[in-house]
Amino acid sequence: MDWAQYYAQLSEMARAGQELGFFENFFRLFYQAFIEGNRWQLYLRGLAVTLQLTVIALCIGIVLGVLVAVVRTAHDQQRLGRRSIFLSFCNILCQIYTTVIRGTPMMVQLLIWGFVIFSSSRNKTMVGALGIGINSGAYVAEIVRAGLMSVDGGQAEAGRSLGLNYFDTMRYIVIPQAFKNILPALGNEFIVLFKDTSLVSAIGGAELIYYAKAVGSKTFEVMFPYLGVAVIYLTAVLILTWLQGKLERRLRQSDRR
Amino acid sequence: MIDVKNLSKSFGDHLVLDNISEHISPGEKVVVIGPSGSGKSTFLRCLNLLETPTAGTITFENTVITDPKVKIDKVRQQMGMVFQHFNLFPNMTIRKNITLAPVRTGLMKQDEADEVATALLKRVDLLDKAEAYPNQLSGGQKQRIAIVRALAMKPKVMLFDEPTSALDPEMVGEVLDVMKELARDGMTMVVVTHEMGFAREVGSRVLFMDGGHILEQNEPHAFFDHPQNPRTQLFLSKVL
Repeated sequence: MDWAQYYAQLSEMARAGQELGFFENFFRLFYQAFIEGNRWQLYLRGLAVTLQLTVIALCIGIVLGVLVAVVRTAHDQQRLGRRSIFLSFCNILCQIYTTVIRGTPMMVQLLIWGFVIFSSSRNKTMVGALGIGINSGAYVAEIVRAGLMSVDGGQAEAGRSLGLNYFDTMRYIVIPQAFKNILPALGNEFIVLFKDTSLVSAIGGAELIYYAKAVGSKTFEVMFPYLGVAVIYLTAVLILTWLQGKLERRLRQSDRR
Repeated sequence: MIDVKNLSKSFGDHLVLDNISEHISPGEKVVVIGPSGSGKSTFLRCLNLLETPTAGTITFENTVITDPKVKIDKVRQQMGMVFQHFNLFPNMTIRKNITLAPVRTGLMKQDEADEVATALLKRVDLLDKAEAYPNQLSGGQKQRIAIVRALAMKPKVMLFDEPTSALDPEMVGEVLDVMKELARDGMTMVVVTHEMGFAREVGSRVLFMDGGHILEQNEPHAFFDHPQNPRTQLFLSKVL
């Protein structure tokens, strides 16, 4: 028998108030949530938007985070008596940024971005990406800062004593080593960010959760849409974790003895 | 070559260098000895401004390098430094360790720097380690590479900050041999060390520091055989 016909028959029975067996009901709800009317395409579309959100937010987060971290470490490493006013000013800005972002819930930030600052924007998905990227930047900044501080001071001294300038020393010597040290923490932050994109649905961004909710409100059945979404997130995170492990092993190359 | 005038350095309230004046001429091999905490490492690190002096001036080749307007990177390119803990870059191969600075500072093209690296590695007998990573090397090998890395910049003076203090006794010799060869080639050297034998053999002048002062200095044989200052006599009686 054809699955579609079987589904039609089962939903007919359900509508008539007949008791369905466990597996019959399971099949009916599963079919309804994912297959009827090609609904799986909606989830795929949502997943694509979620991934897009993640990539954009990630880029914003990394750029902001590295920038803030470099400003703050550069400020802290200034030689006494040679403090630059410009750097002090940037440092204060950075501190305000991390304090505000880390001190308020992501949800509140998103609501403010979506309904206060960009209230007239029609592209709430991009507003969400911006909000999440800016949020992530504050956490990435602290992770990167910890990484920069974890590199032995002698490394930077050796670079500078060879006549390399501050930025070359950072770029070729300190940051690569810091990156290796913070990779686990950074990977964790990216996984958190990936999952947090689900909050964008609260301001009307059309990502995975948004479509799951849409399916739920259409069929009055939310169990399978939500379970399905959970499975999709879990699978994606497993893949990310695997990739992270691979990268870590690659970067450990120089540790072999 | 290097002229130090009234140099003082304090960390907070702690005065580490107290009004030191000293002159280092081209070709000299100045060996600085003294007990821990005497300020000898700080003195050395002030010479290339890894520590910023609290007061006083340092002149290198007619440039007052303590002047904030001086481009310190340019000055440091002419002063090699070797550290107690080697400070090789663990994320790069040995060859990259050596060529990074000459290439990035615009001193050489990559292929030129590679040739220089090959020649230098041959000189310290470590050419087979060119593609290895620092962690695969012994302490003595690391320090020889560190010396070579500094030499790749073709410096006019080499500063050594206790280059053998972190080494197994077995490996001290191989590093000192490289330094002796360097001295024979006429390199100007300032060496902070506890190796009295090296000081006696290679040094053209020995400085004894304690409490942030240079208490005594002399040509090595006179210095070791007839120390004048009672503090020097006490120190030497303990270490020799």
